[in-house]
Amino acid sequence: MKYISYLTIGIFFGIIMYKSEAASWFRIYEMFQFGSLHMYGIIGSALAIGIIGVQIIKKYKIKAIGGNEMNLHPKNKSVARYLIGGIIFGLGWALAGACPGPMYVLVGAGYYSILVVIGGALLGTFVYGLVKNKLPH
Amino acid sequence: MNLLYDPWPWYVAGPLIALTMFILLYAGKQFGMSSNLRTMCSIGGAGKYSDFFKFDWRAQRWNLIVVVGAVIGGFIASQFMSDNTVKINPEVAQQLSTDYGIESAGEAYLPTELFASEHLTDPFVLAILIIGGFMVGFGARYAGGCTSGHAISGLSNLQLPSLIAVIGFFIGGLVMIHLLFPLIFS
Repeated sequence: MKYISYLTIGIFFGIIMYKSEAASWFRIYEMFQFGSLHMYGIIGSALAIGIIGVQIIKKYKIKAIGGNEMNLHPKNKSVARYLIGGIIFGLGWALAGACPGPMYVLVGAGYYSILVVIGGALLGTFVYGLVKNKLPH
Repeated sequence: MNLLYDPWPWYVAGPLIALTMFILLYAGKQFGMSSNLRTMCSIGGAGKYSDFFKFDWRAQRWNLIVVVGAVIGGFIASQFMSDNTVKINPEVAQQLSTDYGIESAGEAYLPTELFASEHLTDPFVLAILIIGGFMVGFGARYAGGCTSGHAISGLSNLQLPSLIAVIGFFIGGLVMIHLLFPLIFS
């Protein structure tokens, strides 16, 4: 039953990503060319509602299902890992035109070349695991 | 406007993404897509090579189910809810065509020049897909999250690290499009 809920959330998310064209290489390119408000509007409106919602959750101490705490942990303080890691991610995001969520969506949409991108992403994750201790964090 | 068939405008999509995040928070989880890549590495036996992959991946099973759902969602949307073209700003489309020979803007969902299966035998295209994916995977784990984990979840929780990461995403993206694309594609 629990898995049906997560499957439904995933289907919902997949449809949003595809229908909003956030999974399109063209939209990512256009965003970095400042050619349209579209992607900024998506991220900005999600964020505006997200910020308000999280503030409400904190103010009224709203619990997750089953009375558990909401999963809103502060992230570790650092600059290097977020900035360098972020820049590397951004380079890849613009080149492949897909971030990790839309990659899976595009598989379902039948763009099988994206499996090569996912293979690359798995390799990148694996290599990070290997060299992690040598990198500034 | 045909809401089922036409592309969804940003003011529909953005709030629905926020809703996705809140549903996951209510379920006691966190919205983050790139952590699945680590989970998949662990399942594939990467724990033999690095302790980074030695964790109880079964606790992450829920997120893999979300991934399966996202694949199904992509199938449903592309088959029944879309004409699978993306109409971007005509000036940007023109620039893509003139400068880089990418002419499928407005006619396809992804540039056929890079994503049509028949180009997978082209080493140049293959390199772009692999290197692009590699940097996404490596960078997301190094930064501890991707667009969903930092730009949506982290920033919603007003996390400074997420702001730094998102600034990094944009520096990287702008450098790629404005400085490296002219070198790669012309």
